[in-house]
Amino acid sequence: MLDRTILGYRRENGRVGVRNHVIILPVDDISNAACEAVGNNIKGTLALPHAYGRLQFGEDLELFFRTMIGTGSNPNVAAVIVIGIEPGWTQRIVDGIAKTGKPVAGFSIEGQGDIATISQASVKAKEYVQWASELQRTECKFSELYISVKCGESDTTTGLSSCPTVGNVVDKHCAIGGTASFGETSELTGAEHIVAAKAANEAVRKQFMAAFEDYTKLVFSEKTNDLSESQPTKGNIAGGLTTIEEKALGNVEKLGKKTKFVGCLKPAEAPSDKGLWYMDTSSAAAEAVTLWAASGAVVHLFPTGQGNVIGNPIEPVIKLSGNPKTVRIMADHIDLDVSPILQGEMTLDQAGDALIEMIVRTANGRLTAAEALGHREFVMTKLYRSA
Amino acid sequence: MIHFLVHDAADTVGVAVVDIAAGTPCAGRDLSTNKPVDAKATQDIPLGHKLALKDFAVGDTVIKYGCEIGKVVQPVRAGEHVHVHNLKTKRWA
Repeated sequence: MLDRTILGYRRENGRVGVRNHVIILPVDDISNAACEAVGNNIKGTLALPHAYGRLQFGEDLELFFRTMIGTGSNPNVAAVIVIGIEPGWTQRIVDGIAKTGKPVAGFSIEGQGDIATISQASVKAKEYVQWASELQRTECKFSELYISVKCGESDTTTGLSSCPTVGNVVDKHCAIGGTASFGETSELTGAEHIVAAKAANEAVRKQFMAAFEDYTKLVFSEKTNDLSESQPTKGNIAGGLTTIEEKALGNVEKLGKKTKFVGCLKPAEAPSDKGLWYMDTSSAAAEAVTLWAASGAVVHLFPTGQGNVIGNPIEPVIKLSGNPKTVRIMADHIDLDVSPILQGEMTLDQAGDALIEMIVRTANGRLTAAEALGHREFVMTKLYRSA
Repeated sequence: MIHFLVHDAADTVGVAVVDIAAGTPCAGRDLSTNKPVDAKATQDIPLGHKLALKDFAVGDTVIKYGCEIGKVVQPVRAGEHVHVHNLKTKRWA
């Protein structure tokens, strides 16, 4: 396809965003109240309360900082207020986000209390949101969008229609020099050989298989049964999916037919180049999309069969479904209906083009169903217990 | 109207794309060859659920997308509903 023009926000570091958020980011769980107070004081800002940030250590702590800094650094974010209980980790996050060149300011609560902190942070937040409100969208290339893909509440129609529609877009996007990422490590079980065969080279294949085998070890070390209460989910089973293998084979239809993936990312790690990237994520929708937003993804494509309602505060989540019942009874959640594929009345190529059109409209400013409904699930991934 | 789709010529199950009532003669399509496939449903198969295209004995492997999707744990006759009551994962067991 030809590279399209979209109207986006070109950030200080040259990256392209499609939203213009001013976020109030808590460093830790006990700073949520102050952040929510600032978010309430200054209209047009968005507080992102979360459950973690205290006494984490090792790889889990690294992931925490990568998620915080990555979220603030996402090109969909214009400016950031960071509030933490103490100044040390607050400053580490401020410094990380400041590398993008965007406005960011940190405040800490110890020594002055919530009310003084809220007052100081509100003054800065007001300044940021008024500044951001005057930023203009400019012409950018479709290929400059970093797109993440993940499905949820899948059924057998996702493997027949909505996942291969996303695969069609992944092929077209990567062919024009775009960037995309897939993950859901546990949900590749039974199709890992198909993913491995799509690795761009032997080093990438080995890295993928190592991440996959690591996740399998985790499942075996913690499981109490064959996971039939969790994977497939009750919704998957209601929709006709019977086993994890069947679910995985539908899932990997999102990877496209032609595209090889060029590298493997740790959770929330930003791709260092164009092309398709594997990220080691959980298969839980809100956790995974939060990791991709922290890696810099600006649009998420979300195929659903039974009707997962997820959204994300940073990147718009575009939902498509090929289940004719779901697009009717959960129409309020579905951005694109690809159910005509099931009767052969729409080809995958036509469905892919329709999804590209929806990405363009979303990038230009159309609110997704999840945005209009206020779905802002911000869920951090935690690797193990805190110290 | 298409009643069911088959992903691959090697598949031993089809996927209902409409609600199918027991006794319905079904028109299917193989997506890998774009050729018609016929079957008769002997049980109700809800939209999205699987229809057996052959008889299976306990221990047989079911093929979909040309790949293994699990093992049969209750005998299944062609035309019957294949789901969690007669098919289980081979992984994580």
